[in-house]
Amino acid sequence: MFRIRFHGRGGQGMKTASRILGTAFFKAGYEVQDAPRYGAERRGAPIFAYVRAARTPINERGIISHPGLVIVADDTLVGMPAAGVTLGMDAHTVLLINTHEPVETWQQRLNTEAKILILEAQEEVEDRAALPYIGSRCAAAAAALTDAISRKFLLAAISEELGHLDQDIIDQNRDIAGSVFDEMAHHAGLVEQSGLPSAQNFTRPEWIDVPFENAQISNLAIHAGATSVKVRTGLWRTMRPVINYQKCSGCAWICSTYCPDGAINVRTDGYPEIDYDHCKGCLVCVAQCPPHAIESIAEHLAREQENGATA
Amino acid sequence: MTRKLLTGNSAAAWGARLAQVDYIPAFPITPQTEIIEDLAAWIDRDEMDARLVTLESEHSMITAAGSAASSGVRVFTATSSQGLLYGMEMVYTVAGWRTPFVMVNVSRGLASPITLESDHNDIMAARDSGFLQIHCATCQEIADSILIAYRLAEHPDVRMPAIVNLDGFYLSFTREPVDLAEASKARSFVGEYDPENLQFKGHSPLSQGMAVLGGGPYSYFRYEAHLAVQQALTVYDEIADEFATVFGRRHEMIDCYRMDDAEYVFVMVGSFSTKARDAVDSLRDAGHKVGLLRPRLFRPFPQLQIRQQLQGRRAVAVIDQNISMGMGGVLHSEFATALYGIKDAPLLSSYMGGLGGRDINQQEFFAIADELQKAYECGESPPPRLLYTENEMAEMRKLQAIAQAEHAEIHET
Repeated sequence: MFRIRFHGRGGQGMKTASRILGTAFFKAGYEVQDAPRYGAERRGAPIFAYVRAARTPINERGIISHPGLVIVADDTLVGMPAAGVTLGMDAHTVLLINTHEPVETWQQRLNTEAKILILEAQEEVEDRAALPYIGSRCAAAAAALTDAISRKFLLAAISEELGHLDQDIIDQNRDIAGSVFDEMAHHAGLVEQSGLPSAQNFTRPEWIDVPFENAQISNLAIHAGATSVKVRTGLWRTMRPVINYQKCSGCAWICSTYCPDGAINVRTDGYPEIDYDHCKGCLVCVAQCPPHAIESIAEHLAREQENGATA
Repeated sequence: MTRKLLTGNSAAAWGARLAQVDYIPAFPITPQTEIIEDLAAWIDRDEMDARLVTLESEHSMITAAGSAASSGVRVFTATSSQGLLYGMEMVYTVAGWRTPFVMVNVSRGLASPITLESDHNDIMAARDSGFLQIHCATCQEIADSILIAYRLAEHPDVRMPAIVNLDGFYLSFTREPVDLAEASKARSFVGEYDPENLQFKGHSPLSQGMAVLGGGPYSYFRYEAHLAVQQALTVYDEIADEFATVFGRRHEMIDCYRMDDAEYVFVMVGSFSTKARDAVDSLRDAGHKVGLLRPRLFRPFPQLQIRQQLQGRRAVAVIDQNISMGMGGVLHSEFATALYGIKDAPLLSSYMGGLGGRDINQQEFFAIADELQKAYECGESPPPRLLYTENEMAEMRKLQAIAQAEHAEIHET
């Protein structure tokens, strides 16, 4: 069975990627299961989707814990534990990263046995949540790497899954997917299929007897204050609001009041300050600031600058 | 027939479309909403001739469903979890009206704590209501079971509403190949809805679902409803046979997998049972005679058929994705009832797992099979077990530390 996981941010089209690949496998005569995994997240938050494909009916369900192929649409997610990109990767896994950086850099950064491949990223866009064609590109790369899907079935799957869009957009997706498919052709067959775990000499689950604990402990209550601070929703941000203090009138309340996440604090000197650990980058503050003192810049550029400054 | 990739939710919408339903009262709830969205889009594009009305709650939605079915139209609706519970007063009430319609429930764990992921406590809460229940394991089964459910519900000997249950996420948002029935074949299989004396009309008033005072009449009506639900056992095979003849797929009331010579048996309902199928295959490869028994029909409960299947087996593990507070797994209790006192009854053990979407992995199935073998050897079932690992407990402790639920007791353990 092929077991493939796509990682990206909400809005980048990982669900679409999984559906294109699923449909392409299905057209190639495979049994298929594909699904996105999401909860209460929104645009920019790390999400993933997965595809299983086999020649026989698929009984396995749920999150793929031992992937043969992991594709990452947004390289800022690779090192982010909350994104779970490296979950279950081993020497049999191929990790394909959409990035401008060379494979050596990723080999140094990641302590992994997985085979790392690079999907040469296209020209950078400002807002990474809207990476163009990334769903089709990721699906095309996966199709080529499995060596199980012809170009024809891939393109037909794109037409089917994007059928609700204008024809010229579908054509552009097909063209770009076609060139990614060709680009990856020399790695065809690199992704391995794997079978079921054996019932002989299996690793026993470390079950425990859950102890009784009284309601002082087992009540569903949070006694500590401000625990939501620990959820770093700033990781979801693809655009960053930046305050220009030269222009800021120090009105002391408009941006901080409109911020839906309470991520703008007013300092004792009366000027606002953005909490980037929690700002999700919705840019409501940019729209609301009367003197237009808040600008938005691309998050990935801002991070590169920060990394450059600290290096 | 055309085989295509559909999510469980889309398969459910297709089931309703192929059953040619007339009226769809609706209220959104995760993870069910996609069903209503698909139906609404079809109706909007004139691809489906039905009326969809959004109500202000599940309570009203189920009231509308029962009322519309009383007026002689074919009704479909769908809900999940907290929504099913919010409508629960009317779930019991409309069943008493003896109005046939089909409701899909997309299973999701109940609050508290609140979750979006699946388990079966929601559908178990409707267990005693009078609704028939069919539990699905695949997207194919969802589309097919809705057609079968209309036949069962509308059968003159039954005439009760039915719930078709599917698991949130694991089916609702998961695409699988589905062989969709041809519309004309589906139409003739389901047939016209004959409402018989259900003719609730503005111009010819009648009273329905009235109060009775005194236990005699009350007992009569309640017991008749019970007998009507049980009639579904009698008519099920005939309907399933006809379905198999027309569509080439057989959906038994109990799905038996590699049961012929099985000495040890897993019992499960719902989509996680396909994981158990894989485990059965692997265990067979390793030389263990293991099978899987999966009731599709849960209300009425096919007690006799279960007895016939399990009599003479060595040991059975019932794996419940629900928990009855103070008792344990609901399916386990029902199987104990079915097997108690019969000759050569197998040992029966209880496992609770998959609560709130918690995965059950292959190694856990293997370990359960191992425990069954040991139970048979020593002649006694192990105590009920929640499938829960040391790692999960360690993660729980971290959360408790953050929440400052910690007290001296936690630090001591």
